[in-house]
Amino acid sequence: MSAVTAPVGAPPANPARTVMSWAQRSSWAIGLVGLLAILLVFTKIIQPSYGVAGIQGLGISILPLGFAAVAQAVVVIAGGIDLSIGSMMALTSVIAATLMDGQSAEFGLAVVAGVLVLGLVLGAINGALVVVTRVPDIVVTLAMSFVWAGFALLVRAAPGGAASPWLMNLVIGPFGNPWIPKAAIVLVIVVAVIWIPIARSRMGLSLYAVGSNQLAAFRSGVPIGRTKIVAYALTGLFAAVGGLALTASTSIGTPVPGPYTLESVAAVVLGGVSLAGGRGGVFGPVVAVMVLQIIQNDMTFLSFDPNFALVAQGVILIGVLILGSVLESRRARR
Amino acid sequence: MNASARANKWLTAVTWRRLLRDRPIVPLMGLLAILVLVIELADPGIVSPEWTGVIVRASVPLAILAGCQTLTMLTGGIDLSVAAIGSMAGFVTATLVHSPGGVAEGIIVALAAAALAGLLTGIGVGVFRVHPLIMTLGMSFVVLGLSNVWQLQMVQTGAGVPDSLRWIGSSTLAQVVPYNLLVFIPLTLLILLGLRRTGYGRLLYAIGDNPVAARLSGTRAWQVLIVLYVISAVMAAIAGLLISGLTNTASVSLVDTSLLPAVAAAVIGGTSILGGRGGFGGTIVGALILTVLTALLTVLGLPEPTRQVVFGSIIVVVAAAYTRVTSES
Amino acid sequence: MTATATGLLLEATDVSKIYGAVVALKAASLAVRPGEVHALMGANGAGKSTLVKILTGAVHPDSGRIAVRGRERTVHSPGEARRGGLVSVYQEPSLIPDLDIRANLRLTDTPLEPFRHWLTQLGIENLDLSSMARRLPLATLRIVDLARALAIEPDVLMLDEMTAALPANLTQRVLEAVASHRGGDRSIIFISHRLIEIASVCDRATVLREGETVGVVDVTPGSEERIIELMLGQIAGEMPAVAGRTAAHRASVTTPRISVRGLASGTKLQDVSFELHPGEVLGVVALEGQGQDELFDILAGSQRPSSGELLVDGSAASFRHPADAIRAGLVYVAADRAEALLMQRSVRENIALPFTTRVRRWGLIDLRAERETVDAAVSRLQIDARAGNEVRRLSGGNQQKVTIARWVAGGVRTMLCFDPTRGIDIRTKQQIYLLLRDLAEAGAAVLLYTSELKEVQLVCDRAIVIFGGRVVEEISGTDADEATLLRAAYHLRSDAAMPEAVAAETVAAETVAPRASDAANGPGAEAAPPEQADPETSR
Ligand SMILES: Nc1ncnc2c1ncn2[C@@H]1O[C@H](COP(=O)(O)OP(=O)(O)O)[C@@H](O)[C@H]1O
Ligand SMILES: [Mg+2]
Repeated sequence: MSAVTAPVGAPPANPARTVMSWAQRSSWAIGLVGLLAILLVFTKIIQPSYGVAGIQGLGISILPLGFAAVAQAVVVIAGGIDLSIGSMMALTSVIAATLMDGQSAEFGLAVVAGVLVLGLVLGAINGALVVVTRVPDIVVTLAMSFVWAGFALLVRAAPGGAASPWLMNLVIGPFGNPWIPKAAIVLVIVVAVIWIPIARSRMGLSLYAVGSNQLAAFRSGVPIGRTKIVAYALTGLFAAVGGLALTASTSIGTPVPGPYTLESVAAVVLGGVSLAGGRGGVFGPVVAVMVLQIIQNDMTFLSFDPNFALVAQGVILIGVLILGSVLESRRARR
Repeated sequence: MNASARANKWLTAVTWRRLLRDRPIVPLMGLLAILVLVIELADPGIVSPEWTGVIVRASVPLAILAGCQTLTMLTGGIDLSVAAIGSMAGFVTATLVHSPGGVAEGIIVALAAAALAGLLTGIGVGVFRVHPLIMTLGMSFVVLGLSNVWQLQMVQTGAGVPDSLRWIGSSTLAQVVPYNLLVFIPLTLLILLGLRRTGYGRLLYAIGDNPVAARLSGTRAWQVLIVLYVISAVMAAIAGLLISGLTNTASVSLVDTSLLPAVAAAVIGGTSILGGRGGFGGTIVGALILTVLTALLTVLGLPEPTRQVVFGSIIVVVAAAYTRVTSES
Repeated sequence: MTATATGLLLEATDVSKIYGAVVALKAASLAVRPGEVHALMGANGAGKSTLVKILTGAVHPDSGRIAVRGRERTVHSPGEARRGGLVSVYQEPSLIPDLDIRANLRLTDTPLEPFRHWLTQLGIENLDLSSMARRLPLATLRIVDLARALAIEPDVLMLDEMTAALPANLTQRVLEAVASHRGGDRSIIFISHRLIEIASVCDRATVLREGETVGVVDVTPGSEERIIELMLGQIAGEMPAVAGRTAAHRASVTTPRISVRGLASGTKLQDVSFELHPGEVLGVVALEGQGQDELFDILAGSQRPSSGELLVDGSAASFRHPADAIRAGLVYVAADRAEALLMQRSVRENIALPFTTRVRRWGLIDLRAERETVDAAVSRLQIDARAGNEVRRLSGGNQQKVTIARWVAGGVRTMLCFDPTRGIDIRTKQQIYLLLRDLAEAGAAVLLYTSELKEVQLVCDRAIVIFGGRVVEEISGTDADEATLLRAAYHLRSDAAMPEAVAAETVAAETVAPRASDAANGPGAEAAPPEQADPETSR
């Protein structure tokens, strides 16, 4: 019978192929890094004075959104979405700023630890609600965004409090070389320290598996509910880090959620994470955040109305996805 | 408890289930009535014709925005651009108040701009299959950015919410009947009729329920979706105009705080975010529930934070109840 | 100790499972002895896959008992089952598409060396473990799935239509692997429609029919007949002869409704030509994957041909969208009801759906007229619409009737039916046969692909046989008995010598008719339930 005539088996493994397949898989992130480099060069050309200050400013300005994007990426990879990230950041931020205000450095350290645990718990609650109620993720997290924002306002009705000085020092200023902002180092290290071990573990595989195909994951023995809760808990953790970053970079806590939730969704998509789940990583979104920030700076340098940066962000977001869909359908036709 | 009593109890449970599944508006009305009752108990005498007028007046714009979500959610989409578009509409009208064409010109420009944004969104979602969440999010960035630019251009000319908009947005007939019903009632009739009695309405449900089946039956989804997002954007603009009249303000972020409550009202009203199930009637009641709830919490002296917490909890509970009754057992 | 008492490795008793109105399993029982290869047989929709899913905890039964080595057990999840030594290779590939093979193995704690060993045994060498599952061909995925299961040496290995999507050489390897894996204590549950495979590796066979275990047979030379008899039940006896075919002569004098010339698409559909006349039912017979899917997709407007000509009523037609085909009078009835129905909407909305798709019909609906049309269609098809508020609460047969009623209501000119009786009860099947005949008598043209060969003789005026993407034979309805069709479907001349394997199968088939396409049924062929409705994951 010749029911199936397609060639069976795959080409042999060899190192070059492995590198190729890695590159293919990470092509999106690689492209983004390339774009980032081009943009930096471009910035230097249009604004010859762009230098240490600009880079430092860039580092600090991307910090909160960078963490928010990572937070969103984790849950989107696992097939969910979290619209409460901005609120969780606000809540953790005001708690940190309120508790640290006027306290010792050691106490501040304890507060940081406590806030991180709190982030895990908030996220786990989101996840548990999604799993138990079976209400679509977007609805549950939308509802919880009210709840967490409400708690943030309960903690502190108006912006205030203070960050421990060491916390601010941790993210503000250069790291050795004046060209390297501490904020960038912190962002990369924190994300790497939390994410890389997880991504390499069984749990990381489970996150991708659940996002990629829930049924196949279940049949492969992945505990779906538990994995989802872990995904949301990690999102909560990164949101808490984002909240701390907010406090550190602004030196106060603000109870009203910033624009981070929706911006994080945009960054995640631009960063090569599929909203359908299972594809992408956490570093792509971080680079996407940097790219968006530089574009905004360039707009200023080119003496465009900076508001066009927002327009550009929207256009890029839509344009990238349209491009993706056109390429996809072209590939499908072939 | 004897057997028949137990059977009776079981029967009522089943009936409630079915009611919530097939006619969610009935239990929702019950919930609304309970909330009104509680507020009357908490503050005897508060419930009056005037109070009702205030509640209705505040609910109308929210219900319209929630209508945008309802229509788009029926197809499995969502519209996050309503806040930016609504704010833009109010803002543009206010800045054009001194233009030669006056208020009419402002409103026409605002509605046309909204329709254009909706058209582009519809093309993105319908033709290029961009995820509606992202497409409308991107569009909201574009609209907000352009509104900001417009704001800087217009800052010299002076602006103000036109009187006519203030009148329709905030005045009431005999202190009771808000004039914004003049806009809302025809719009509601149109939507209800559109969803129940027109071919177009059927297609919205069909696309949301099963896009493959809709396609195989000959539906060209892109046509439906383009029209849908134009409708949604125009409705958002109308809501924005009413809000701007109600609050007597025009700002590029005026409607932002209503975006998530609008989604919430649609969800509470029984529309599934997964598509194919729901309607505008429930959404209106959902918007009323949220407004009354806000009033109740104010009466109870619970501050804004508590209000938000209660808000969120109610959404989860109601949505969970829907999920329970509509999933096959 | 209890194990020796009953002597059984795995025992399921009176297992039942109901999905809404669809009874997947009524009273299924299965007893597997240590060391045996046990065949699970049954027509499409008999409940084989459901039973396997229940045994491995992927689906939870409504009632029934499962015992492993004599001890009663509730299996909660496939992961738990795997740890307890029960592993299934499901009908749909269960590798994670976005993970590479190595990661997929890690996810299931599969040791690498045994996996490689089995992979080689199964005939796949040099598989790059870092390739994404999503990029591998289906046959490879099936083999990888099997090797992964074999690698952990389960006590009971269940293979659900493992060989259906495999080419002959790989099928042979799988059978060898099955034979070598058994032995000692280890058993295998083997699902396949191919009697030749059953005969070559299985010791005993349990036969399911409409969710019930109807018999257990020792597989010996000659037991095939008994198995098929059990599978089919009294179907053969109950079939009414569809009388009075007057269409044949009418056909020659009119312009053909559809005329297809040299149609081709990709590698599957090579060169198909035929004419379909008003007033006739033209059967299409083919093994799975011979290009019939592509043919129907092209005719229904879902896909565009790469070459060839399509004439409708004598003039050239080219469809870019199903709407174009519908406009030209070509309407499509799918086998997969999940693909055709709005499950949460009413019977009425489902039937009326095609009426309003065109922009100029977007306006107000004349509800009275619509009700009349819909009611007429409902009563013509005898749809039991009592649970009609939501189509998902109807039984499978009634659901299928709704998909047909949708087109009957608007008046049929040309109906394309792709296996319309798959997985539905016998009564409904008969009603559908009669309806198709009625439509033809009334002047409609019907193109009917069916995997149930018996239907051809009952319903069709003539049949074309497609093999390898080409029409290889045309057979008149009266001559279209199963043996002839099956021979033709395998592209065998009656006088030519048959290859050995096929010969055995054909002989088996000649006794009673199995479904031709089941012989090589692809995993995607069955009705996949919609994601959110899947009860497996939504616990
Ligand atoms: N998740 C499900 N939802 C609804 N019906 C289902 C589901 N799974 C299976 N069925 C139905 O149960 C019956 C038995 O299916 P299955 O076990 O797959 O049969 P088999 O494997 O023997 O072909 C079929 O009629 C099928 O349509
Ligand atoms: Mg099966």
